[in-house]
Amino acid sequence: MKSVVRDIGEVRVLDLEGKITIGTGDLQLRQLVEESLTAGKNKILINLKGVTHIDSSGIGEMVGCFATVARRGGKMKLENLPAKINDILQVTQLITVFDVYDAEGEALASY
Amino acid sequence: MAREAQLQLLSRYENIELAEEVLGELCRTASVDDETIYWIGMALREALANAIKHGNKLNPEKRVHVRIEVRPGAQLRLIVEDEGEGFDPEQLANPTDPQNLLRSSGRGVFYMRNFMDDVSFFPSDQGGTRIELTKNLETRRAV
Repeated sequence: MKSVVRDIGEVRVLDLEGKITIGTGDLQLRQLVEESLTAGKNKILINLKGVTHIDSSGIGEMVGCFATVARRGGKMKLENLPAKINDILQVTQLITVFDVYDAEGEALASY
Repeated sequence: MAREAQLQLLSRYENIELAEEVLGELCRTASVDDETIYWIGMALREALANAIKHGNKLNPEKRVHVRIEVRPGAQLRLIVEDEGEGFDPEQLANPTDPQNLLRSSGRGVFYMRNFMDDVSFFPSDQGGTRIELTKNLETRRAV
């Protein structure tokens, strides 16, 4: 998985690309979120536009990060879900847990 | 004509990529569409991750045995067998129950059951677990 970190105002945007899967992408996601929190950034927006696969470990890590950020008083939201990733969030019913946005401006304004 | 592949993988996560590539190649030669290959590949990933992590407990001396059988236009079957100590699928909680939604694990078998038409578990001859996953190729997956 590749990632780009952008700070827009108080929001840290994580642009992810590739696979969030067991053994690599899932651990990278956790590390990126932990680094954000350590840097004092607890408003986190995960941009999934370039993500091709997310397995159950990746989903589990995303849920874990969501809970960790919430415990630290922040909010983690998602944007630009590809169709297949959206399908997975639908079947796992996690679409009801995450705030999901199609437009980055709208996502940034929501914090 | 049926197409088959057999793999013996060391218990390393990076080998999941290899198995998925073999599956993709085999399916493409059998004219399986890309959408179907994607979801079958996701199911295979979950079966292998379970075998490596929960079955073989990442023991590098233990292997995961994979068999892929494609009957073009009819059925695809994946058989994944670990060398672990067995597994009871009845113990699994439903990850979509509201009290389980925020759990960080426990969705692997749920993935498999959503992406395939049938998922069955058997004790293997060596005491581990054999998972058989079947996809009817004449029908499309409905998420």
